[in-house]
Amino acid sequence: MPKRVGMEVSLAASEAACAADADLIAAYPITPQTHIVEHLSELVADGKLDAEFVPVESEHSAISVCVGSSAAGARTFTATSSQGLALMHEILFIAPALRTPIVMVVANRALSGPISIWNDHSDIMAERDVGWIQTFAENGQEVFDLVIHAFKVAEDPEVLLPIMVNLDGFTLSHVVEPIEILSASEVSQYLKPYKPQMVLDPKKPVTMGPVGMPEVYTEARWQIESLLRGSKKVVVRAWKEFSKHYGRTYKPIETYRTRGADVILITMGSVTETAMTAVDGMREKGIKVGLVRFRLWRPFPIEELKRAVTGVKVLAVMDRAISYGGQGGPVFTEVRSALYGQSGQLQVFGFVAGLGGRDITAAMFEQMVKKAIRYAKKGKGPLYELMGVRER
Amino acid sequence: MAKVDALVGWRNLEIGCAITEPGSSRKLKTGDWRSQRPVTDRDKCIKCGMCWIYCPDIVYSPTKSGYFKWDGNYCKGCGICARECPKDAITMVMEGE
Repeated sequence: MPKRVGMEVSLAASEAACAADADLIAAYPITPQTHIVEHLSELVADGKLDAEFVPVESEHSAISVCVGSSAAGARTFTATSSQGLALMHEILFIAPALRTPIVMVVANRALSGPISIWNDHSDIMAERDVGWIQTFAENGQEVFDLVIHAFKVAEDPEVLLPIMVNLDGFTLSHVVEPIEILSASEVSQYLKPYKPQMVLDPKKPVTMGPVGMPEVYTEARWQIESLLRGSKKVVVRAWKEFSKHYGRTYKPIETYRTRGADVILITMGSVTETAMTAVDGMREKGIKVGLVRFRLWRPFPIEELKRAVTGVKVLAVMDRAISYGGQGGPVFTEVRSALYGQSGQLQVFGFVAGLGGRDITAAMFEQMVKKAIRYAKKGKGPLYELMGVRER
Repeated sequence: MAKVDALVGWRNLEIGCAITEPGSSRKLKTGDWRSQRPVTDRDKCIKCGMCWIYCPDIVYSPTKSGYFKWDGNYCKGCGICARECPKDAITMVMEGE
């Protein structure tokens, strides 16, 4: 069994790409993702990873190089954050359309303005609809494991879609945690070499990314949608196989103390560990509260969510991003929409917290739960609530 | 808009909508959105080939008789041939007339 080592989570993300034997890395450094690309550049320079490292001049170029590299049949990795992810925006749609199974780590950070280098989920939520599979890690071990898993899923001939593995900037990326780092040979038992199904090769020329006339565009978009929805079974199968090899089990949705719960908190990302502490505290006080965490965000795990909240009366859903002028954060609106028309008296309330690095405490989770219970008793609450915002 | 010889469902699209056979653009007929078409009066035509030379879409092709054959599958109706014809042998007429 591999040894657990104390390692900064950013470096563990790089070590995962190294253990997966990535062929090409194209990335541009941006806080708080910087340590990931720095370490990958070291690994390549030191000869520990036999890969092409392309130091590009922008994130737009980084993802463009990745699309080309993946189209040429190379196992391709990149990482970014915030403004960098936003700069990739137009190419992000093209990667799934060209069926290029790129793996990208996103160190989640707030978007400007005002300028903020700190953590929230506004960067990734702005890229929700780009056609990539999206997973969210809670801790360092999960980051390492999800990156390995991402290559397995992305490169599956049934999928061939790119994946973003999300980890919270600073609060996860910059902490040192005990992590089991698998070696390349251990990973190779699980992750076989990439066999591209459509490849740029002068011996058999193809045109990738041609214009899609109105007679074709609808079918092309539906192909991506169908594949992305269908990818869930591959995502789950790859986690099961991962568990057989390495003993750690992952599911699309994680539950914590949901048995007999009247209220359930819904979270994503590393702040879930704080939420668990809050749930323990509330359970001691006799509040029947449980916790649900999305690990898989795209494709949205509707059935798993429904199962996780069966019999629950109140949901308190937390978002780390504002959807300006909308009806609440993206997680909240999607959860409510997924559960619309369910039998029973389920009420769903939305809370936004932790924007641009604002701390989220266990006490804040307790407040959300208590507010949700109060609103449920009244039968109505606000459209959604921004926790801790000062009025004056 | 354009017509493709064989439209396929999403399940049968190539991976990433790629084009895997060279020369497939021949199957793409791009002429059906023109509003006017050129008509050549062969009594006036002197077989000089200016229509063939000036056409930006290679719609005219030479024939054994010396006249130039027009291909409506690709003509956009731009009228350059009618403008350049030295004998005013080409007239643009509305489609449907």
